[in-house]
Amino acid sequence: MAELLFWPALLAYGEACVAYAGNMWRPGTLGRLATWGVRVGWLVQTGLLGLQATRADGFPWDTWADSLNLFVWLVVGIYLVWGCRARYGLLGLAVMPLAVVLLLVAWAGGGTEAGGPSRYSDLFLVLHVGSVLVAFAAFTVAAALAALYLWQERRLKDGSAGSVLRLRAPSLGALDKLSARTIALAFPALTIGIATGLARLASHGGDFDATVVATLVAWVVYATFMVVRYGAGWRGRRAAYLVLLGFALVLLVRLGLPLTHA
Amino acid sequence: MRLVLVGISHHRAPLEVRERLFVDAAGARELAVELAQAGEEAVCLSTCNRTELYLACDHAPAAEERAVASLVALGELTETELTPLLARLSDGAAALHLFRVAAGLDSMVPGEGEILGQVRTAFEGGRPGPLLDRVFRQALHAGKKVRAQTAIAESPASVPSAAATLAQQVFDDLRGKRVLLVGAGRIAELTARNMVDRGAMLSFVANRTLEPAHQLAHRFGGRALGLEEIETELPKADVVVASTGAPGVVLTADQVERATKARRGNPLFLIDLAVPRDLDPRIGELEGCYLYNLDDLETVVSETLAHRRGEAARAEAIVAEEAARFRDWQASLDVVPAILSLRARAEEIRAGELQKVQSSLGRLSDSERRAVESVTSQIVNKLLHLPTIRMKEAAAAPDGVLYADTVRHLFGLAEDGAHTDRLARE
Repeated sequence: MAELLFWPALLAYGEACVAYAGNMWRPGTLGRLATWGVRVGWLVQTGLLGLQATRADGFPWDTWADSLNLFVWLVVGIYLVWGCRARYGLLGLAVMPLAVVLLLVAWAGGGTEAGGPSRYSDLFLVLHVGSVLVAFAAFTVAAALAALYLWQERRLKDGSAGSVLRLRAPSLGALDKLSARTIALAFPALTIGIATGLARLASHGGDFDATVVATLVAWVVYATFMVVRYGAGWRGRRAAYLVLLGFALVLLVRLGLPLTHA
Repeated sequence: MRLVLVGISHHRAPLEVRERLFVDAAGARELAVELAQAGEEAVCLSTCNRTELYLACDHAPAAEERAVASLVALGELTETELTPLLARLSDGAAALHLFRVAAGLDSMVPGEGEILGQVRTAFEGGRPGPLLDRVFRQALHAGKKVRAQTAIAESPASVPSAAATLAQQVFDDLRGKRVLLVGAGRIAELTARNMVDRGAMLSFVANRTLEPAHQLAHRFGGRALGLEEIETELPKADVVVASTGAPGVVLTADQVERATKARRGNPLFLIDLAVPRDLDPRIGELEGCYLYNLDDLETVVSETLAHRRGEAARAEAIVAEEAARFRDWQASLDVVPAILSLRARAEEIRAGELQKVQSSLGRLSDSERRAVESVTSQIVNKLLHLPTIRMKEAAAAPDGVLYADTVRHLFGLAEDGAHTDRLARE
């Protein structure tokens, strides 16, 4: 049953990637097809996660591959908030291929199967993992927005007005604002995730491993972003670089260090 | 019912004639009311490029004459002067013309954006009936469809709109953005106006001589400055539009760099419309500064026009499809009386036959009587369904009206919808 939901979701996300790419050359129908691909894929993946939730004994996404499946769903869900607008098609071109690749990795690691016992039955642990995953998914989308900002800024700087207007990307102002808002919403989730994790660490005993340290450094980077963006009014290229730096740490934590974290 | 169009446009009528025949929205409404008094439907579409009267009537030549007389009176011209400039179209050709107008295909600049709103205003202010209501609604639909399915209206087609569109690529929303004009020339004013129309504020006008700066600033609610004050006010501006006649650079990169330090990464958008250039080209290299010159914008405009001409072929296909739909609909109107009289005749026979067996039906309960009524009605409807569909389909063909005549003949129906006495007696 899980397989019956996984493949259609992957297919829909894949269709969205192809349609977004085609939409760059001929905007219009392909963009709408891409958006529908994202919507349908996300709904089917929701069904898959629902199935996993009903069949699991406890928190169903406790392995690295399981949580990657949930992470992809969160990333696509956050993208969907404004991804239906035609002008954010280019953002879809950044987010959806990443979603396809990560979903395939999750599948290869057995993260899209249903059933089995869960290691997570502790509420604190569920809150810790859930909050961190939500924050990381939002930071991923924010990084895509920041990357799009830097690309659009380069185009505007190059002075090729014709190409800027031929291939319309979201404006610098919109990208900067959305990226900052996404981080502002995700930052409290990361804080809660870290706080619950540290509380559990204190109660159960244990040491700071590399993942904990990298997550704390990421928190410092995003906290700095919040201060300079909302406190000092900084925006533009430097703010975008800071977002990408934070995302590099998120990637490190998400992909590079899971084996070190119990 | 016929559709008639009489009007002038930029294709044939010179500016001085278009000026004389131009009416504002209130004037267009009055004209439509006046023409509708003759029992016709009327809509007047008047823009800077055209004044067109759309009428729906039973007798086209008389309606045309009334429309011409109205235009002659409006422009205080003689009929001899006006006639060679007039466009006269009817039915399908008039509808196709209106659809092309709404789609921006008949505009001076293909895909021009304002015309769709102007068509809507004319329609809302007019006196439409069934035919004009249908043709104008379809025109608005065609205009929207062309804009949605082609890229004909996507890019800016003038230097001021190109500048404003680029500014929106930086700021997204121009509302509240402060514009500094350097130079008080016509092109700078047009550019500023375009941005103000999109929500920006003209905050400063800097000029070598203060009097023109005062006049322009007064019109937009801004403040006049001398050129030496630019650097002081620059940190407060989001957009700079320069177009002085100065022989050299008016604003250097060093001046802009000093001013942008306080902006904390907030972008500064600069447009240099002057030749020779007013703004140091090195400004474009500064962080957060986006500089475009006249050549950049003119390239955008020429690319846009070429692109729009390319998209026009796709737009024409959409408009032709809509016009064909309208022609089919209008043709179907010719068979409606025949269909109505056929149905009336059938209903009369059904009711008559039921009446004949009234005494036998007297024994039936109310529910049984209703069942008999229902069954006989269904039989009649099912029998007439296919002929009705076929007549409507055939109406679009050149000889479609023959079908209606044949049905009238076969069923003994009169032209006015009543059946003949002979058939009634049988």
